[in-house]
Amino acid sequence: MTTQTVWRKPPFIKSPTVRWVFYIAVAVYVIGTIATLPVDWERTAEGLTRAQRIFSGAFPPSFERSGLLISGFMESLKIAILATTLGMILSVPLAFMAARNISPKPVYLIGRSSFILARSFHPVIVAIIFVKAVGFGPLAGALTLTVYSIGFVAKLLAERIEEIDFGQVEAMRSVGASFFSTMIYAILPQIMPRLVGLGIYQLDSNLRASAVVGIVGAGGIGATLANAFGRYDYDFALAITMVIVGAILISEAVSGMIRKRMT
Amino acid sequence: MTQTLTHEWARFTPVQRMKRYVALLAVTLVVVWALGSIDVIWEWVWDAPIQLVDLFARMVPPDPTNLPSILEATWQTINIATIATMIAVVLSLPVAYISAQNTTPNVVCLWIGRFILVSSRSVNTIIWALLFVAIFGPGIIAGIIAIMFRSIGFLGKLLGEAIEEIDPDPVEALEACGASRFKVVMYGIVPQVMPAFFAISILRWDINLRESTVLGLVGAGGIGIILQGAIDTFQWQEVSMVLLTILALVITGEVISSALRKKLL
Repeated sequence: MTTQTVWRKPPFIKSPTVRWVFYIAVAVYVIGTIATLPVDWERTAEGLTRAQRIFSGAFPPSFERSGLLISGFMESLKIAILATTLGMILSVPLAFMAARNISPKPVYLIGRSSFILARSFHPVIVAIIFVKAVGFGPLAGALTLTVYSIGFVAKLLAERIEEIDFGQVEAMRSVGASFFSTMIYAILPQIMPRLVGLGIYQLDSNLRASAVVGIVGAGGIGATLANAFGRYDYDFALAITMVIVGAILISEAVSGMIRKRMT
Repeated sequence: MTQTLTHEWARFTPVQRMKRYVALLAVTLVVVWALGSIDVIWEWVWDAPIQLVDLFARMVPPDPTNLPSILEATWQTINIATIATMIAVVLSLPVAYISAQNTTPNVVCLWIGRFILVSSRSVNTIIWALLFVAIFGPGIIAGIIAIMFRSIGFLGKLLGEAIEEIDPDPVEALEACGASRFKVVMYGIVPQVMPAFFAISILRWDINLRESTVLGLVGAGGIGIILQGAIDTFQWQEVSMVLLTILALVITGEVISSALRKKLL
């Protein structure tokens, strides 16, 4: 009796036909796309010399205008704080609406679609719209990040509400409590830790995003960065980028510490 | 016999309650500080709802005359996201390998790996795009490289964590049989992280699809260019058409990626 003596690794996709069709489709797509990319190769080839010029212009980073840097950064911080606060306040009712176990179907659908809409658009797109509607500056930034916060916080909060222990709600209902007191005494205490955790996370995340929305004119340090870049002040731009990265690392560490102590 | 309640029930002890009040007060003070000192023109705040309603009124109905070029730009956006994700996945493999505690060859490699991950993740895609547009000129190449640079950190970090969580027994068994380093990786580690690897790549593709819709705003290709053009020329009905297309694109991407992930796990 002979048996196969060499063991082979089982392939990831079992059927050979499907596997090969998949491989060929991927290869055709990659080759086809890369071959038809509208690329200006000459301009791209110049990249190395340009990169050299940019980097030699960027070193050493210049902290000469640190006053501008600090005020831009403080504005970003304020935008992030206000947007987080407003976003959290608006997220709570939306999350209640979008929780399957406590909302009637039509309300549920309205709640769900509102934060799907908030999540779908990149904050930069939302920022452009707000800049056109309410003008340049931190107001547009704060509104943008409020929308951004709702998309994230309301979604996760609604999922948390769907997981609550329903016994407490039933107990409250059976003694005839009103809808409002049921929410406050039976549901809110169960989701409170999650809400605080999400708030801290969102503050961190809004600080990051506020650097980005500034590039399209919505205030904060991003506006300072875009200006420096536009005027070819690469040394100042590098200084700003270093401050942004440093601030993000610090805020990540702090928010991680707070969350660890809370749980 | 009458029974009297001697204790009022309370959820927190007085000390806990004090701590909660102090935390609440601190948060309130911070918010008040931010609200009081931010450089906002308050007339614009009260005016904002009217302006927003006005803007949205100008956006309806969406104008589909430019739909062919919008769809072409959408296809370009999809390609930027997909190609950049593919390259980033390949490049993140060695980074994940050297930044996972249990597979890294030595401490120097571990720190190099960690440095790559942190620097890639702490700079946003748009800022990367700004830099690469300055280097390579406006166009799709700058967009692909920007998305790639940002994705490596994300993919490398999550994949490195997946490698750190593997069961060490198969690796030890292979090493005990005298398998080469390459074979240990191929047969001891790769099969264990395969599902996580695909799930993470698909997740990142979904994120990249969203990110590449805005690359055009700094000149790095895709549908953002058309959006920017329409906004600059105040063609609000075309803007709403572009926004609807982006909405459809992002939701489709999310549906596809969640279906694929469910199939894998």
